Amino acid sequence: MALKRKLMLSAALALAFTAGAAQAEISGDVIKIGVLNDRSGLYADLAGEGSVIAARMAVEDFGAADKGINVEILSADHQNKPDVGSNITRQWIDVDGVDVIADVPTSSVALAVNEIVRQKNKAFLNSGAGSSDLTGKACSPNTVHWTYDTWALANGTGKAVVQTGGDTWFFLTADYAFGHALERDTTAVVEESGGQVLGSVRHPLSTADFSSFLLQAQASGAKVIGLANAGGDTTNAIKQAAEFGIVQAGQSLAGLLVFLTDVHALGLQTAQGLVLTESFYWDLNDKTREWSERFAELNGGKYPTMVHAGVYASVLHYLKAAEATQSDDGTTVVTKMKEIPTDDPLFGQGEIRQDGRKIHDMYLFQVKAPEESKSPYDYYNLRATIPAAEAFRPIEEGECPLVQG
Amino acid sequence: MFELLGIPPQALFGQIMLGLINGAFYAMLSLGLAVIFGLLNIINFAHGALYMVGAFTAWFLLQYLGIGYWGALLLAPILVGAFGVVIERTMLRHLYKLDHLYGLLLTFGLALVIQGLFQNKFGSSGQPYAIPSVLQGGQNLGFMFFPNYRAWVVVASLGMCLATWYVIERTKLGSYLRAATENPTLVQAFGINVPRMIMLTYGFGVGLAAFAGVLAAPIYQVSPLMGADLIIVVFAVVVIGGMGSILGSIITGFTLGIVEGLTKVFYPEASNIVIFVIMAIVLLLKPAGLFGRTA
Amino acid sequence: MAAARDIAEPKGRMAGAAGAIPRHHYAAFAVMVALLLVAPLFVYPIFLMKVLCFALFASAFNLLIGYVGLVSFGHAAFFGGAAYITGHTAKVWGFPPELAILAGTAAAALLGLGFGLLAIRRQGIYFAMITLALAQMIFFVSLQAPFTGGEDGIQAVPRGVMFGFLDLGDIETLYFVVLAIFLGGFLLIYRIIHSPFGHVLRAIRENEPRAVSLGYKVDHYKLLAFVLSAALAGLAGGTKTIVFQLASLTDVHWTMSGEVILMTLLGGLGTVFGPAVGALVLVSLQNYLAQIGSWVTVVQGTIFVICVLTFRRGIIGELGRLLKRSL
Repeated sequence: MALKRKLMLSAALALAFTAGAAQAEISGDVIKIGVLNDRSGLYADLAGEGSVIAARMAVEDFGAADKGINVEILSADHQNKPDVGSNITRQWIDVDGVDVIADVPTSSVALAVNEIVRQKNKAFLNSGAGSSDLTGKACSPNTVHWTYDTWALANGTGKAVVQTGGDTWFFLTADYAFGHALERDTTAVVEESGGQVLGSVRHPLSTADFSSFLLQAQASGAKVIGLANAGGDTTNAIKQAAEFGIVQAGQSLAGLLVFLTDVHALGLQTAQGLVLTESFYWDLNDKTREWSERFAELNGGKYPTMVHAGVYASVLHYLKAAEATQSDDGTTVVTKMKEIPTDDPLFGQGEIRQDGRKIHDMYLFQVKAPEESKSPYDYYNLRATIPAAEAFRPIEEGECPLVQG
Repeated sequence: MFELLGIPPQALFGQIMLGLINGAFYAMLSLGLAVIFGLLNIINFAHGALYMVGAFTAWFLLQYLGIGYWGALLLAPILVGAFGVVIERTMLRHLYKLDHLYGLLLTFGLALVIQGLFQNKFGSSGQPYAIPSVLQGGQNLGFMFFPNYRAWVVVASLGMCLATWYVIERTKLGSYLRAATENPTLVQAFGINVPRMIMLTYGFGVGLAAFAGVLAAPIYQVSPLMGADLIIVVFAVVVIGGMGSILGSIITGFTLGIVEGLTKVFYPEASNIVIFVIMAIVLLLKPAGLFGRTA
Repeated sequence: MAAARDIAEPKGRMAGAAGAIPRHHYAAFAVMVALLLVAPLFVYPIFLMKVLCFALFASAFNLLIGYVGLVSFGHAAFFGGAAYITGHTAKVWGFPPELAILAGTAAAALLGLGFGLLAIRRQGIYFAMITLALAQMIFFVSLQAPFTGGEDGIQAVPRGVMFGFLDLGDIETLYFVVLAIFLGGFLLIYRIIHSPFGHVLRAIRENEPRAVSLGYKVDHYKLLAFVLSAALAGLAGGTKTIVFQLASLTDVHWTMSGEVILMTLLGGLGTVFGPAVGALVLVSLQNYLAQIGSWVTVVQGTIFVICVLTFRRGIIGELGRLLKRSL
């Protein structure tokens, strides 16, 4: 428990130094942010240490030190396991006095953390997880879901692809709850937009070899092959689709959950032409470029994903609300976060809905061909902007108990 | 949508060929396990991890030394084999007098260490590795597009498996090996250096895993966990085939690959467990496995 | 069964002294209970409960590896399977915790019966590989079955009220309930080991052909031991679900089977207290190392290697050797 003791010691020191600036309602006179994510596994690149850097940048840009607010950042690896994640969360809150948990990719872990944070009345700023249940059935007055969710991805990719002519679909679906949800949501959007789903094949999670499934997709004759899976499954499917000449033969791939880091790992040669939806890309405007370059400098040259951006923006907004309320009580701050409009360099102006959903534009990108890319991480062409009002699931469809009645 | 009768025979044939490719990997890995088990009586749990190391070695060679695929196909098995020799000399050697299960536990620990180290260094998302230019593209067979590289994988692994079989079953060296499996003391008495033979056998078995790893690199992402789940399937393959014969493990490997491939068409949800189900059935009917000697 | 003999070899001698329970076991047991009673005053109770659940799991596993000489590489299936059943019955069917845990235990026992029937046909390494493969099958079923919630697992399992008056929402009550379950399971295992049945098991481990020639139906004994071990592992898994309000894929993954082997090996195969100590050490380690993520696997692997190469008696086994007592 040496680590714990060290943290307590530093907390005590922080307390001693700021005894002058009275903030009676901030417990222990310090706001502790726990950045909980995958630091070693599949999502370590898209979240991981980068999210900690982003949180630190937010604290800096907020000017916490000048405002006399003490902020401390802890980080831990949940290894994408809900039991590990809930353990750390419990311990952080019970023993280390953490006030707010940030990031938490992997829906299963996010849902577990969501539950604990609600029980203990802390705050939860989710950036990395996709499950739209976080602002649906499982919504909580302590949770803000910032960056994206599966509904938004399905909606963005599904609608835009159909509108640009990709009106027949075939799904490769990871055979578990998450994959089924993605397929279901996308199917609804595709059909609503006038497209047609010709079929789907469910592959086991962590499939190494997709050739058989790809062949079935090819045989279907669909114009678009939707990849309702994530992480290694998606990259393997894309890689093998290239090998089997699927794209050259005229079918196109639509990734329903693909991040900048996935494209980076695949390389443009393999990933070119892939269509995907994200809520942030470093090369959107001057502000995003400026921030991303700062970020890359701190992150060993690696550019930020939308998850990193979401951690930055959500922490920044949390601190604003904490300053306004002079409190670190979970529901108090989150309620305030919903009251004040959001404004940050990465997502622009927006708002947080009653169900905890952060509302902003989403973007449909297409991966560039190698010859179009002029600099490192110059990967995407913007194909369409999905305006904030249409980007997310309408609040009344989410079945969130907070907004009923 | 894909019913049993709804499948045109050509598509079925395509799926069988794909199954053959997976079977190639099962065969090479279970062959390596069988060779090692034959002489060392150790089930090498680190086999999957070393397969992964093989793929990574190919990636290193390309990334840092500019040595391409063909060089890697030769070098990676040698390097990983040498690493295996080190493992054998420093660790496994001390366990021969103990129960075989300790060998399993030790190699399990080694697998964890190796995978953990690579995961720390490279994360999990994997590194891309390009298909060698000669083998890019593919043949349009009419009913399917068959990538050249996959054809090469089948040819290379079949060749490797048959060569191994030939060496062990048909050459003098192989006869020493087989004799040492039966009675090491006697073979030693004939002036053959049995410990060295054991060492080289382990190196060879591990090199075989690395060879499979290099073959796999261009198809799959080169990632630290690529061997972790594969090894369990290969265990099931080994149980089904029985550890009796070299040829047995080759045949079982390829056959099960095809069976799995067909499952992906008829009932894809079950493709992950079909091999385990077969294992259960085989155990009920023939506890020693299909090609196994007595239990 | 050379396998059995060798695996149990480190402790060999303790098998003796039929029937009579050595006095120092009472003392050690009393010390353990006393420590566990005061521990929550000093240590985070949720952490302690985790240790207790894994200690029970490892002790159940030890029944098989230490006293029958069978190495199962698939015990995660029982632990995790029971976790899912407990979670499902408590959350969806509204079972009170005692019934939910019981349901989990029963399911694990059934699963154990199925596994056992298949696996005891082979011995040694084959036994290990078969249990591993069967457990992997359970893993895939857990991943895909509708009631397990796939990757999400079963979350927000209610702790409920035990026997109608013990509110497990209260951490203190929960701790003592978990402690009682652990001690109950622990004593049961102890009882089994020192019963006539336990002696037959050891006879089988030491020399299977002899046991056969003495007229024992060896396979029946082995199967019963396997089912008992599976059921107790299930008890641990079910209790874990109630504590953490969560049943997830981690519980059924093969790395869990590896962990329980490591706990037992580290603490001391075939020692009474070893598995519990091994669980304590490993769970503490994981708690520590959670901050640094995947180094956990590296450290665990290294401990495995060190244990196998130089430390085959385990912590308690070595201690017992020093004290010239079986612990």
